[in-house]
Amino acid sequence: MFASLFIPDFPVEAIIRFEPELRGRPVAVLAGRPPLEKVLALNEKARQMGVEVGATKSQLEAWEDLVLRARSELQEASAHAALLDCAQSFSPEVEDTASGTVLLNLAGLEPLFGPLSKIARELARRASRMELEANVAVAANPDAALLAAHGFPGVTLISEGREAERLGDLPVDVLLESFSSDADESARWLEMFDRWGIRNLRALMALPEIPVGERLGQQGIRLRKLARGATSRSLRLFESAPVFQEDIELEYPIVLLEPLAFLLNRMLEQVCARLAARALAAQELRLRLELVEKSEDCDPQQTSNFTRTLRLPVPMLDAKVFLKLLQLDLQSHPPGAPILKIHLAAEPARPRSTQSGLFLPVFPEPEKLELTLARIAGIVGDGRVGAAELLDTHREGAFQMQPFAPTQLETKKSSRKKNPMSVQEDESTTRAEESAQEKAQEKMSAVIALRLFRPPLRAVVNVREGKPVRLKCLHHKDIAGEIVWTAGPWRSSGDWSEQEGWSREEWDIAVPVENEVILYRLVEDKLSRNWWLEGTYD
Amino acid sequence: MSASPVFSSAALGRPLIWPMRSSAALLARLDAMPKLAASIMRASRLDVRPAPEMVSSGIRELDALTGGLPRGCLTEICGSASSGRTSILLAALTHATQRGEVCALIDASDALDPTLAASAGIEMGRLLWVRCKKTVPSSRFPVLSSLAEHNFKNSNHMEPSSERRVWESQLEQVLKVTDLLLQSNGFGMIVLDLADIPVRSARRIPLASWFRFRRAIEHTPTVLLILEQQPIAGSCSSVLVKVTGQVVGKKHSAFSTQHSVNQLGHLELLDEFEITAELLRSRLDRKQPKSVVSFQSQAAWAS
Repeated sequence: MFASLFIPDFPVEAIIRFEPELRGRPVAVLAGRPPLEKVLALNEKARQMGVEVGATKSQLEAWEDLVLRARSELQEASAHAALLDCAQSFSPEVEDTASGTVLLNLAGLEPLFGPLSKIARELARRASRMELEANVAVAANPDAALLAAHGFPGVTLISEGREAERLGDLPVDVLLESFSSDADESARWLEMFDRWGIRNLRALMALPEIPVGERLGQQGIRLRKLARGATSRSLRLFESAPVFQEDIELEYPIVLLEPLAFLLNRMLEQVCARLAARALAAQELRLRLELVEKSEDCDPQQTSNFTRTLRLPVPMLDAKVFLKLLQLDLQSHPPGAPILKIHLAAEPARPRSTQSGLFLPVFPEPEKLELTLARIAGIVGDGRVGAAELLDTHREGAFQMQPFAPTQLETKKSSRKKNPMSVQEDESTTRAEESAQEKAQEKMSAVIALRLFRPPLRAVVNVREGKPVRLKCLHHKDIAGEIVWTAGPWRSSGDWSEQEGWSREEWDIAVPVENEVILYRLVEDKLSRNWWLEGTYD
Repeated sequence: MSASPVFSSAALGRPLIWPMRSSAALLARLDAMPKLAASIMRASRLDVRPAPEMVSSGIRELDALTGGLPRGCLTEICGSASSGRTSILLAALTHATQRGEVCALIDASDALDPTLAASAGIEMGRLLWVRCKKTVPSSRFPVLSSLAEHNFKNSNHMEPSSERRVWESQLEQVLKVTDLLLQSNGFGMIVLDLADIPVRSARRIPLASWFRFRRAIEHTPTVLLILEQQPIAGSCSSVLVKVTGQVVGKKHSAFSTQHSVNQLGHLELLDEFEITAELLRSRLDRKQPKSVVSFQSQAAWAS
């Protein structure tokens, strides 16, 4: 059996998908170069008001309540990708038939999802969750399913052998609309059928095959066969792209973050729904904004791109978390110009599967931690929060900040459970663990620490016999005095072939302050002959 | 006549409701029933807070002094410069990260040396380092002389009032970040490094903030450790330890008589640095064997 998903008035649905508040209102989608735009598609409400496809913009002024929108091919592409995701969440055999139409093979799905009627209802429900109102039809062959989805609203189930009976009531124009891509040719066929008095498919399928072949040729025979629902073919399988993308084209540029967040929320919900339908999560989010470029000639067509990438530490699937992360990121990195188009792509990954243990140490929730880190970065600044990573150099204090992504400690006990080890091996492992713990206990001692001054403090140092004897810090009057002890110097240099070569001598010194002694690290820069206080030992 | 619960009996498993009479009459009646009186616990004592779980500070002597660091409580380590506060901090973080816990260090003055921290044994991948920003430009490397000169002119010379404003802005960041981290849960240890903040500025932190922090970590497995020059959290801290440091065998009085610079080996100056820790306050119901301990620290490369 095959199922077909068809979205009537697809250009309108693609617009309404991101503006659900328009669902109860008459909407017409215009296409063409201004001022010669014509109605390309309209929804049922607009049709009831008497609006017709092909009407010009000036003709539409008569309807005050009619909502007009420009056609957005980007949004149509997003809606179609969502429809494909919806179909692929049920079956791997999916055909990308046309814009707003897909076919899928339901063979073997009944044990997984239940009877065909339930699968059809579930398909419609999942499409509706992606803000797409789709007609779903299930039939024994792909073309019959396609025709039924075009002709019958809602969910239709045609059992095998009853195709001709069910499809017979459909008007002929549904057949031509479903299987002919050339509008002129369709109009020609429709006119001819009208002249012959053939209004519905039952009349068409009642014609004898040989006279039809003599008068209308192969195409006539094919149309008759399609009307009877008696064709047979295999699906042209579709291979999905590795990125889930949603796009919005705006009628007017937006300048504030709040309306942008509103749109991003809808896009993220759609992306998450699509990912969830495929049992995937997002590993990376890429936001690309097309901005109106500020130029002297004020050409509105000139745009520039603004891109932000959020690399997530673990695969996540929470639209609210994504929205907050994007909001925080955009607050610290505003686009700086009005936004015309929004492109949001999510790189899929397998969802995180974790099994927390009773005896594992506490661990922050990755989603919550990521939000907290983004908020902290907003307070202390970018690059000032994370995990320090030491660089492979001898230069003093060389490190870089990395995104904080701690990994949970693996329990040895759990791994031991997996391996059917002997009792003897268990005992030896326990002994090794105990001895490691004993060693750790022995190591329990303090390590003297250095507290750095960032930036280092400039000092004036008196030197006698090659050793610093007196210290004065110019702008910190409390750091001054006789040096009572020194240890050093320790010389180091490096990067001599580079522009940022360095050569220094380190001294550890003790300076009495009131009743106490403070230990400092004093450094002489051998290139500039300046003295610097680098930190205190504490 | 209205009745009000006066005593609860854990032994009976249900509250005893006594009619309102004079307290003397009630006590007299209880005295007549000594067995019942022994089994009755006063209602005011029912909600006994369980003793917090203690984790090792990474220093045996300090563990002997305080019993370790209590989870779900504030612990203050105070002392002046070169007293060994940061050594205790590194030991505690080393031990916590090696236990597999995720820790956070809120570094008010951006003073942590990551090279030394890594050589001390801290698993840097498990340590969230929050470096509060200063409002002045900064450069790390003195050897970049021209840049450093520029920074020196711009950042080192500050009027006392502007310096105070910088500290206060950093303190504000510390408080905001602490709130966020406490809300996010899951951290084994959160350290507030206020060791370089002048006492005058640190005391401007409202007591309400410390009460809020104490309330936030209650019943959580987080250790909240504060490094400072003088006690600032008041009654909110469960353990208060004061540390002082000195080089072993070289008392300070010897300095004043010396006129020439003593050239010492590095080991003598740093590896024989002795830290004395004094327990000033502990709210935990635990008998302390002693109130002062001393231990020596050593250079990270020597260990």
